[in-house]
Amino acid sequence: MADLLANLSLGFGIALSPYTLLLAIIGCFIGTIVGALPGLGPANGVAIMIPITFSMGLDATGALILLTAIYYGAMYGGRISSILLNIPGDEPAMMTTLDGYPMAKAGRAGDALVISGFASFVGAFLATLGLAVLAPALSRIAYEFGPAEYFALYLLAFCTLGGIASNNQAKAALASCLGIGIAMIGLDPNSGLPRMTGGNLHLYDGIDFLVAIVGLFAVSEVFFFIESKGKSGAAGIKLRGRVTVPWAEIWTTRWTMIRCSVVGFIAGVLPGAGASLGSFMTYMMEKSIAGEKGKFGTGVAKGIAAPEVGNNAAAGGALVPMLTLGVPGSGTTAVLLAVLVTLNITPGPTLFVERPDVVWSLIASLLIANFVLLAMNVPMVKVFVKVLEVPPAILMPGVTMVSFVGIYSLTGSYFDLLLVVLFGVLGYVLRKLDIPTVPVILGILLGSKMEKQLRDAMVLSDGDWTYLFSSTISSVLIVAAIVGFILPIFLRGRIRKPQRISD
Amino acid sequence: MTRPSDRIFGLVVILAALAYIASALQVQASFLSDPVGPKAFPIAVGIVAILCAVTMIARPDAEPEWPAVRSTLAIGIAIVVLVIYAYALKPLGFLIPTAVVAAILSYQISPSPKVSVLSGIGLSIGLFVLFRFVLGLSLFGFPRGWF
Repeated sequence: MADLLANLSLGFGIALSPYTLLLAIIGCFIGTIVGALPGLGPANGVAIMIPITFSMGLDATGALILLTAIYYGAMYGGRISSILLNIPGDEPAMMTTLDGYPMAKAGRAGDALVISGFASFVGAFLATLGLAVLAPALSRIAYEFGPAEYFALYLLAFCTLGGIASNNQAKAALASCLGIGIAMIGLDPNSGLPRMTGGNLHLYDGIDFLVAIVGLFAVSEVFFFIESKGKSGAAGIKLRGRVTVPWAEIWTTRWTMIRCSVVGFIAGVLPGAGASLGSFMTYMMEKSIAGEKGKFGTGVAKGIAAPEVGNNAAAGGALVPMLTLGVPGSGTTAVLLAVLVTLNITPGPTLFVERPDVVWSLIASLLIANFVLLAMNVPMVKVFVKVLEVPPAILMPGVTMVSFVGIYSLTGSYFDLLLVVLFGVLGYVLRKLDIPTVPVILGILLGSKMEKQLRDAMVLSDGDWTYLFSSTISSVLIVAAIVGFILPIFLRGRIRKPQRISD
Repeated sequence: MTRPSDRIFGLVVILAALAYIASALQVQASFLSDPVGPKAFPIAVGIVAILCAVTMIARPDAEPEWPAVRSTLAIGIAIVVLVIYAYALKPLGFLIPTAVVAAILSYQISPSPKVSVLSGIGLSIGLFVLFRFVLGLSLFGFPRGWF
């Protein structure tokens, strides 16, 4: 406990410096906008901003704080279009449409935005505290990890990501293979000889994951907008009059918020589960607790609070495995992991010992960011509602140009821009075929590390494959990976992922 | 053939994976070899990909809604324009290619000439100011030698 306070004071020392504070505020602002815009989720938002952040020459702490603030902001902002347009601003905000839109239709758009804003705050704040407590503890366990354990852990991440977060195991696994296969391109780390480059000199350094991320997430989105001709298809609800805070109604959701914070946080910590699962689980849980009388789905406060608490708590939880083990719990944390790797910071247990300044200033900044976001999303919510009026015909070309310039200013290479377009097309086709793109990113990020850990393990054991099962930790992880991949096949018939409700 | 999309994609993946495995077999092993070597992991990934693709061919999902011919054409144009943009950015500077490309993309999303031209010019100048003067990136606004 004393440790925690000492660490937090170290963190706040850095986080409260005017420059860092400014970065956090800018991040919150951009993030909320990104989240609010339909079609631009947290992963897109962070992906587009990464190259720009690097070209600005921010230091590790600054870049990480800016981007994580965007991540948190996007999680808050996602609810705005869910409530007003019945279109989730990002995937985790999908469950918020179920009660948020009916409440807005009943003329209580302002109340819905305020309740969900408070819910986001409670979920994100408690999860950040959870992160501060759990991450150091988990990092001590991570010290036990050798190559065999890390290999098993990566396997677990790929399996659960494919298992829980997708509709079809084969497609999810294929996406992972695609990513890992791309990661192999370039120089073999052990021998220094080129592999899979087809003799193309541009490929000797491998394919930068930033290029893949921007292509798969941002450019493919532009193609979807062109296909739909920018039609949103839903009648938006206008926010009229003063926004007031319905205190009494928020008070009735207090237990819902606390329960959902815990469940959402746990969902976030599990590798591969992420915020979408967090909001799904919390909504379903509260719906069954409230029963028929709860009137979930008709625009009740608890139905708005539950998924928002859930997805924001999961967003904080997903940072735990990312920081302590280097294994992201969701798509956006995969992108944040890419940031860490590019900044030459190795996530994992040593991070907490070697760079406590980075970790603790990040946690302190996130605690501050939550208050900033609460201010932006409750009293100032009208500013962000205006953002929804930007027509896609201006927005999407803007997003494309920002992505291209970001990559270009980072690498200065036309070849990388071509790859961005190629990944954009690939992303479009994959998403059309319902093949998830997050495992591709994860594969590109972790593929070489996974291979390296496997090869190191085999060097240690002199080629004996049973070494992978030699420790309890690695055996448990491998078994969990297999169960996590296979079990959802049987559960899928019983628990259906809720599809979007139509008007 | 019912549900062709998943099956065709599966076939493409199998061919690509076979090419990938063939390419992995050609990888030179160095004298500093470890028990696994540089070939095994890529080959394993290729094999898993083939297994997944076979599953996709055997049990395809419901057919996705592919865009109509006109939308496909619009996406095709967007791809070509972006490829040209990739080549044009260095020799022609930022402002002109960006304005043209942004205008074309905008037109593909919402076919109004006025809005597209304005958003092209606006985005080009606005982003240039943002990148160059606010964020301090080194960008060239015009082809070199103009000024």
